[in-house]
Amino acid sequence: MSLTDLTLAEARAKLRARQIGAAELTGAFLSAIERLNPRLNAFITVTPEQALAQAREADKALAAGDARPLTGIPLAIKDLFCTAGVRTTAGSKILAPFVPPYESTVTANLLRDGAVFLGKANLDEFAMGSSNMTSAFGGVENPWKRQQDPDAVLVPGGSSGGSAAAVAARLALGATATDTGGSIRQPAAFCGIAGIKPTYGRCSRWGTVAFASSLDQAGPVARTVEDCAILLGSMAGFDPKDSTSADREVPDFAAACARGVKGMRIGVPREYRLDGLSDEIEALWRQGLDWLRDAGAEVVDVSLPHTKHALPTYYIVAPAEASSNLARYDGVRFGLREDGEDLIDLYERTRAAGFGDEVKRRIMIGTYVLSAGYYDAYYLRAQKIRALILKDFTDAFGQVDAIVTPSTPTAAFGQGEKMDDPVAMYLNDVFTVPANLAGIPGLSVPAGLSADGLPLGLQVLGRPFDEESVFAVGAALERAAGFVAKPELVA
Amino acid sequence: MSYTIEGKSGPWELVIGLEVHAQVISNAKLFSGAATAFGAEPNSQVSFVDAGFPGMLPVINRECVAQAVRTGLGLNAQINLWSRFDRKNYFYADLPQGYQISQYQHPIVGTGTIDIELEDGSTRTIGITRLHLEQDAGKSLHDQHPSKSYIDLNRSGVALMEIVSEPDMRSPEEAGAYLAKLRQILRYLGTCDGNMDEGSMRADVNVSVRKAGEGFRTRCEVKNVNSIRYVMQAVEAEARRQIAVWEEGGEVEQETRLFEPARGITRSMRSKEDAHDYRYFPDPDLVPLVLDEAWVAELKSGLPELPDAKRARFMRDYGLPAYDAGVLVAEKETAAFYETVAKGRDPKEAAKLIMGDFFAAMNRLGRSIEDPPVSAADLGALLDLVADGTINGRIAKEVFEAMVETGQSPGDIVEMKGLKQVTDTGAIEAAIDAVLAANADKVAEYKSGKDKLFGFFVGQTMKAMQGKGNPALVNEVLKRKLA
Repeated sequence: MSLTDLTLAEARAKLRARQIGAAELTGAFLSAIERLNPRLNAFITVTPEQALAQAREADKALAAGDARPLTGIPLAIKDLFCTAGVRTTAGSKILAPFVPPYESTVTANLLRDGAVFLGKANLDEFAMGSSNMTSAFGGVENPWKRQQDPDAVLVPGGSSGGSAAAVAARLALGATATDTGGSIRQPAAFCGIAGIKPTYGRCSRWGTVAFASSLDQAGPVARTVEDCAILLGSMAGFDPKDSTSADREVPDFAAACARGVKGMRIGVPREYRLDGLSDEIEALWRQGLDWLRDAGAEVVDVSLPHTKHALPTYYIVAPAEASSNLARYDGVRFGLREDGEDLIDLYERTRAAGFGDEVKRRIMIGTYVLSAGYYDAYYLRAQKIRALILKDFTDAFGQVDAIVTPSTPTAAFGQGEKMDDPVAMYLNDVFTVPANLAGIPGLSVPAGLSADGLPLGLQVLGRPFDEESVFAVGAALERAAGFVAKPELVA
Repeated sequence: MSYTIEGKSGPWELVIGLEVHAQVISNAKLFSGAATAFGAEPNSQVSFVDAGFPGMLPVINRECVAQAVRTGLGLNAQINLWSRFDRKNYFYADLPQGYQISQYQHPIVGTGTIDIELEDGSTRTIGITRLHLEQDAGKSLHDQHPSKSYIDLNRSGVALMEIVSEPDMRSPEEAGAYLAKLRQILRYLGTCDGNMDEGSMRADVNVSVRKAGEGFRTRCEVKNVNSIRYVMQAVEAEARRQIAVWEEGGEVEQETRLFEPARGITRSMRSKEDAHDYRYFPDPDLVPLVLDEAWVAELKSGLPELPDAKRARFMRDYGLPAYDAGVLVAEKETAAFYETVAKGRDPKEAAKLIMGDFFAAMNRLGRSIEDPPVSAADLGALLDLVADGTINGRIAKEVFEAMVETGQSPGDIVEMKGLKQVTDTGAIEAAIDAVLAANADKVAEYKSGKDKLFGFFVGQTMKAMQGKGNPALVNEVLKRKLA
């Protein structure tokens, strides 16, 4: 078994047992990146020297018996997290020259716990997209292939497409990601790996380039649910620098994975049975519920009546916040500048050249819904619906401990598909968006393959700050599914 | 008789409201830990938050909130235990985030009042609509380079209180009195230094005119007026402009204007059509600001005595006339200085000395109450020397000037210069005898009825005694000798 095939938990055990060295492990991933990244384009920036230096430090710590939770574990960092001294682009031309002088809280937490950073993972520009095709640094190839059509290049999902593809192709043991409307769970599902968006406020947003502040939440993607739990344990924690960060203890998430689901009540929201949901997704969902029943859980119907309004609500709230959050990219202080005749001209040239179409589209939508005369009809109404969506979940979680749904309405699609229809693209997020609007945790776990041989995921939703139940259910599904399939393109 | 401006069509009333931006006294900015000192090197007090860097987040500064609450309490205003920060979106080079964090819909302080006093002794109550917290922007410097603008972000993110009045003022004098009173209250509270020339207090002046009995006509806003005198001038200039517009059959248009002090006029800055759409919405980086009632009560109990209360107490406890009390409480520091001097002494004598010789010396030397020409302790000692008869009032003046000049204590000066009052009747009698002997002709005139000459003899005696004679004794002995 090659080093890159290890799970994070396995690698950690071997490092601690001194069966493998951290430099050796990091070296294996760096050479895998060297071989595969030119094709996959999962990394925007690779930092081999820094990674090896960190790995050597890890080896010293391990030799001294000073192993922290992630000592020597090589990770990919979504290029939305500011990393001190390492270029941070947010997948945008406008930040292409930006080297932050500070480290985001989430990545600083990982470094504190001994992690090794391999480089910065590709993403949709400013995390806006579900395909990774909006990145100014090019699309990412999903390492999985359709059995019937192995030449088609599929998308890894988005926005954390580079993170998910890197982990699936064994270019990293795990990766940081962020989720504003499904950007962790959808690419995790498309790439056959696990990923969790924790409760809003669980991970600090400080130092992470903002898309939509009230929805953005960092989380990990990794090959197993337990690996996600280990990573989240390091990433999470109260941060006084983020006013929306929750001042709560970080529980032992990894321990929760072994808890089992006996006696738990699992909800099935009837409104998620969308028209046109494919038979294989429907079947997978039913299968997942059967697995949980077999493991001792009780499955009950719940109602989330406002779910049908979640997507339009999201596409008002997120662009509104984005239009304001992205105003700072003006060419005045950092990043790209296109000189102009005067200040307004400088703004216009810089932003016209620096932002891609999808970002511009969302800035315009956001500006529109906040403008005088439209605010009440759009933004204010969306906020009211958002409150109702949260209430739906609160009511449902009065009856059940977790909710299980499909992660995505389809398996991964091809590069170039849906590109001319933004609304069809937005539909990718239909199952994931409600959790962001409600701020609740959601995990995607690989549960099976499509008829075409592509991975499909199931989503587990839980109560705010009850990631432990989510991990327990996710791990139970993972054990039952026994998902061992590997992508075509793998290190 | 209310204030009006006489136009061709008769008298016009003025309607004035003020929006005052007052920089909060705090060590750090409203949402970042960067320092706030005035006059620092450009861009030396800027955090990544203030510069709007990617991923940076605001965290509210508790002290700035406390200052806003103190100010609200000082303005007898409603404190809103729940308030919220909104983003005001617009692009400008010195606004790094592309939005200003402000409180639009839910300010921290609601309605309150300020009592102002006018020249003629009458008082008026001016309503406060609201007070809210917001960030200041940076400063664009256009004169440093022929083709480029420079940006100084030191002020970016500094906490401001915007204090909005009701349109309750009716004359330039009232506007000036309101601003002066507001500044006085803020200085007393220690929530804003009120230094308008440093920009830590600026006023936007809303002016409209109307005929008696009418409702409000269209108003114009004169932006960023930076002295009380200019506010009064701007009100009048803008009112006269509007009167001219109406009387020529025109229509005053709602717009933002600037006051040009040198020319004494206002000019258009931007019209309503060019007004920004600020796209206000709740700042998702911040949670609502929720205040604990007990904390507000604690701040309330820690408030200093405010000028109106202090003046009433000075009149009541020290027996000072209203005018004197008003002068002494104008600045908190002056009032404290006075009370130090007056403590355990004759409060009226203390007031007389401070408002007379002391203020004169302070003004002459360009000193201030924080850097007084004579310390309060020395001033008190001087009063003591008069009270216990060591020196007389006339000598006290001389001692005071010597104190100003040398910085020595009055006791030392009296000692060194031998200015101690002479109360030895023998010495006084000897001096008087000599004076009377040298002025036998005047003695004769006096005795023949020219009473007024008594003062001459007093003067001559004091002169002979280098001013040190006890005036009462000199009078007494003279009277006896001339009888």
